[in-house]
Amino acid sequence: MELICICCPLGCRINIEKNAEGFDVRGNSCPRGKQYAIAEMTAPTRMVTSSVLVSGGKEKMLSLKTDKPIAKSLIFDALATLKGVVVAAPVNEGDVIKADVLGTGVNFIATRSIEKA
Amino acid sequence: MDKRNVVIIGGGPAGLAAAIGAYEAGERDILILEREPKLGGILNQCIHNGFGLHTFKEELTGPEYANRFIRKVKELGIEYKLETTVISFDKNKVITAVNEKDGLIKIQAKAVVLCCGCRERPRGGINIAGCRSAGIYSAGTAQKLVNIEGYMPGKEIVILGSGDIGLIMARRMTFEGAKVKACVELMPYSSGLNRNIVQCLKDFDIPLLFSHTVVDIKGEGRVKSVVIAEVDEKLVPKMETAREITCDTLLLSVGLIPENELAKQAGVELSPVTNGATVDDRMMTNLDGVFECGNVLHVHDLVDFVSEESELAGKCAAKYVIGGGFEADGGTKVETYGGVRYCVPQIIEHNDDYEPFPLKMRVSNVFRNVYLRVYADGQLVAQKKKQISTPGEMETISLKAEQVEALRKAKEIKVGLEENK
Ligand SMILES: Cc1cc2nc3c(=O)[nH]c(=O)nc-3n(C[C@H](O)[C@H](O)[C@H](O)COP(=O)(O)OP(=O)(O)OC[C@H]3O[C@@H](n4cnc5c(N)ncnc54)[C@H](O)[C@@H]3O)c2cc1C
Ligand code: SF4
Repeated sequence: MELICICCPLGCRINIEKNAEGFDVRGNSCPRGKQYAIAEMTAPTRMVTSSVLVSGGKEKMLSLKTDKPIAKSLIFDALATLKGVVVAAPVNEGDVIKADVLGTGVNFIATRSIEKA
Repeated sequence: MDKRNVVIIGGGPAGLAAAIGAYEAGERDILILEREPKLGGILNQCIHNGFGLHTFKEELTGPEYANRFIRKVKELGIEYKLETTVISFDKNKVITAVNEKDGLIKIQAKAVVLCCGCRERPRGGINIAGCRSAGIYSAGTAQKLVNIEGYMPGKEIVILGSGDIGLIMARRMTFEGAKVKACVELMPYSSGLNRNIVQCLKDFDIPLLFSHTVVDIKGEGRVKSVVIAEVDEKLVPKMETAREITCDTLLLSVGLIPENELAKQAGVELSPVTNGATVDDRMMTNLDGVFECGNVLHVHDLVDFVSEESELAGKCAAKYVIGGGFEADGGTKVETYGGVRYCVPQIIEHNDDYEPFPLKMRVSNVFRNVYLRVYADGQLVAQKKKQISTPGEMETISLKAEQVEALRKAKEIKVGLEENK
């Protein structure tokens, strides 16, 4: 698999293949790149941000994020749990909007406060 | 006429940090003027994460980053007026603003800090045939529609330009169920961050086509397709490579321009390279007591550096007021050479009791294995080795006290890029 390392601006193109002992990593200029490539191969994770509708608030949309990174393969399933969600104002930054998404222990939390209209 | 010590125009990250900087330098009579109903500037619509890594060592979203500064401004009791648009100011620092409650306001300021941010390059700025249909948005407008208004501009998207806002929007629209068909970049490299190329395009198998451009937009009333083609080294489209991609929306992510209309009218001297003011190391423009910082001065990629720069500008504005002005000493102009397009500040003062400052610059192309070097009267004062330097990333050279001192004494200052031989 070919990857671009995101750990520094150099952006090395890394080739990583599974072998008998673990992984064969090439193209990285430093150990951080190797670590990144192995993590991307074994358990890639991402923070997910999105937004949902607000009712009775001074603003229309509430922005959200996952409070911890979530498995990359679950991004779209996690987003699907937000479909149709409408949050009643007031909301405070940090409020849990969707708890324990897909049983991962990760929560979607509010990234801004919205006052009542 | 109302009299104020430090008036800050714009309540985005630059304005907030400038206000805090001025307060911390001992000034108490500070007023922020912001035309939107909220403080925070453009960060309010940047709901993705990746802000503040440098400053807070944690990954915040745009609204969270802005809020840290908004809370501080409120805690310190710094005054601000929202929904108040500055329509002009002059070299005597008389500011004219309007809002619904007070109507027309005139304020005599002792120091003015310009923090108006930047706007997107409009579609008029690029030449594409058939540019009349609906369904063409700048990436920032689309960001506002999706994240603030909750409205999706389209279902099948092509993005022209690989700036960060376009990349971020590729992922955002994908999350909302749209199909992003391609990101088309004129240059052979991207001006966006690597991290965004990987996590916004590659993660979703969205093709990034370098050395390509949009040559035609088709559709009556609404965009139905775009025609793209490869370009040669002179950036001229090779029409034999043209192909059509069906889509209902074209997003333009073709760069930002500092918002300097007010400044220009007041007589602030602008740099043709940055489109921002030319400033000295105290962030003061050619107009006495008028300061500039943040994206209105030069386009930053990371908001952390906006905050840092603006805190310095705020501090200097406070010192200017408290000390009853600065003694003009002319200073020395910073010259650039060898691939460095610009350096901020453009002038370094000789007086040595101001705040320390870094040198910030951008290069004109992708360079590998080079040194960024700073010379004072022919003597090497500072250097930074770069494995790679790209136009998309601002370079910063931090200076130690003795390096600052050497620059202050110099009659000739040069900043440039040299090959590592
Ligand atoms: C559409 C867009 C999206 C961006 N997305 C990202 C991103 O994802 N990540 C990132 O790191 N950077 C992003 N940037 C860059 C970002 O703008 C800067 O990092 C940062 O917000 C700059 O801060 P600022 O305070 O200089 O400007 P801004 O945040 O633009 O704030 C300027 C403020 O001044 C106010 N103002 C302007 N003129 C007047 C006037 N005449 N009277 C009163 N008030 C006025 C404006 O309303 C605004 O609130 C984006 C920029 C744009 C334009
Ligand atoms: S491998 Fe090392 S040098 Fe290369 S991009 Fe990653 S962190 Fe940077």
